[in-house]
Amino acid sequence: MPAPWKEVLKKIDDYRWEIPRSYKTGMSVPGLIFASESMLNHIWEEQVFQQVANVAFLPGIVGHSLAMPDIHWGYGFPIGGVAATRVKDGVISPGGVGFDINCGVRLLRTNLTEEEVRPKIEQLVAALFINVPSGLGSEGKIRVSEKELEKVLTKGSRWALEKGYGEAEDITATEESGCLKGADPDKVSSKAKKRGIPQLGTLGSGNHFLEVEVVDEIYDWDAATVMGINDVGQVLLLIHTGSRGFGHEVCTDYVRLLGEAVKRYGISLPDRQLACAPVQSPEGQDYLAAMSCAANYAWTNRQCIAHWVRESFIRVFGKSLRELGMEQVYDVCHNIAKIEEYTIDGKKHALCVHRKGATRAFPAAHPDIPDIYKNIGQPVLIPGDMGRCSYIALGTELAMKESFGSTCHGAGRVQSRSAAKRSLRGADVAKALAAKGITVKTGSIGSLAEEASEAYKDVSEVVEITDKAGISHKVARAIPIGVIKG
Amino acid sequence: MEKDFEIIDHTADVVIIAYGTSLSQTFANAAKALFNLITELDNVEEVLHRDIELVAPDQESLLVAWLNELIYLFDTENVIFKRFEITKLNNTQLKARSYGEKVDSSKHKLKTGVKAATYHMLRIDKDNGYKAQVLFDI
Repeated sequence: MPAPWKEVLKKIDDYRWEIPRSYKTGMSVPGLIFASESMLNHIWEEQVFQQVANVAFLPGIVGHSLAMPDIHWGYGFPIGGVAATRVKDGVISPGGVGFDINCGVRLLRTNLTEEEVRPKIEQLVAALFINVPSGLGSEGKIRVSEKELEKVLTKGSRWALEKGYGEAEDITATEESGCLKGADPDKVSSKAKKRGIPQLGTLGSGNHFLEVEVVDEIYDWDAATVMGINDVGQVLLLIHTGSRGFGHEVCTDYVRLLGEAVKRYGISLPDRQLACAPVQSPEGQDYLAAMSCAANYAWTNRQCIAHWVRESFIRVFGKSLRELGMEQVYDVCHNIAKIEEYTIDGKKHALCVHRKGATRAFPAAHPDIPDIYKNIGQPVLIPGDMGRCSYIALGTELAMKESFGSTCHGAGRVQSRSAAKRSLRGADVAKALAAKGITVKTGSIGSLAEEASEAYKDVSEVVEITDKAGISHKVARAIPIGVIKG
Repeated sequence: MEKDFEIIDHTADVVIIAYGTSLSQTFANAAKALFNLITELDNVEEVLHRDIELVAPDQESLLVAWLNELIYLFDTENVIFKRFEITKLNNTQLKARSYGEKVDSSKHKLKTGVKAATYHMLRIDKDNGYKAQVLFDI
């Protein structure tokens, strides 16, 4: 029997599959999935096509409702979805950003080699585990008043820098320099602030992690050198976390508020979780202002965590920061909505680009990327699951034309958390990782099974597709040797 | 009623189906399912209570608001609730008292962080009793 999706999808090439508008009445634009043929069976089984099609209902959506190869079943929007709407007459949807606003990834380089780090890995992982609060219900070491929190919300990474967390160069090596403009704390509920205050400077739980990794393959030596990645065997550190309960509450509040706005503006939607309001409406502008606060909270969070990570390395290796060479390569967000400019049919348009589980991938010479990367393009950081590997890539010109400057964000789940828990035991996962030379520390052994490799798509396959399709360009790969799981 | 609730897996989130002979009981069972995701409720004692009053435009939104309020209390006060007395419930208003205790890491093992209750796949059906379905982002 032919695969059921064959009747629905129009093959464009080996990596592009279109969902025609005829798939579901009400779609304003077609859908486009970046995937290999072998991935489509699973994507079909999950009914993700429905979700890609539902996003195509959003008023003012342009181009395609996009799905990256790491796409999986979400709520409302699929995870791995990208949708761009016209600022002029389109909508903004909090569900198109998700609950963990500005969940993202930060990469630090080091001068250390695997040979230097291996003998001290247990000690290093233990130090990281102590210095960076993690796990469900954990509280941060930072104490801020509500007034001080409001400064975090408007300043972002710079707040942390002013308080002594991190280096000035970290700011330039962060998407949006670690601060979205237009953040207005008055548009954030007191409940969100109450959730945010104790959790600032915490890793959280779920799929959030710290990873000590070793470069094991370099595909583009020139670009890698620009990023400070000089050789195979070099040690890097990856931070994956977001805006914690603060962002969750902002999303919760605005899905509710915009759910009411939908009726006022007469918008018809196939799923209530797609709640939205015109970008230019008071409700839309309020969400953008509150979302920007959450984005800035997340950048501050990663900035503080990066500082404690550096302190841990300094202590364990007895070297100065300069000797360690722990510079920030880049920091990207993968749950966000941004106002960006694109050329469509020769005309420039301001668009609201929703990236829910997708990474910005701007090309060389783009005005919004730091000077050091002007010649190569914006670094794209793609974490895999803790047993496999992660990738460093670059944005491309083609991404600007085809995917609103976006590419994939990670591996993408294939197995539910409880299914993973049923088939695997946390202790066995830890043993299997140890056999691969990966030291893991977690506050919850059960969560290890949830995040095991078996629960995820192979990130290498995901990255291969975005590379071959041309929406990002592979630079290097790194494998984990030490992991902190929340 | 044979069971209070069911938990159904999804790839990146979790769906609960709560049952009840009345709407109040169904809302209480949905809350029980939520805290059952977070920890085992057997070890939780009723040492404190919190009162909740909510309004929402319709029954489904009220259910989401109720669950999100409980998530908020868990997140800000570290309270696990195990019993719920719904004292008033109609299509747009809810009044309830929830009983439980603060997280004590020596006896409570936290299982899953729940980010929020969503409107995706949300439904309340009335047939022989009530059945409510909610998807949580975890």
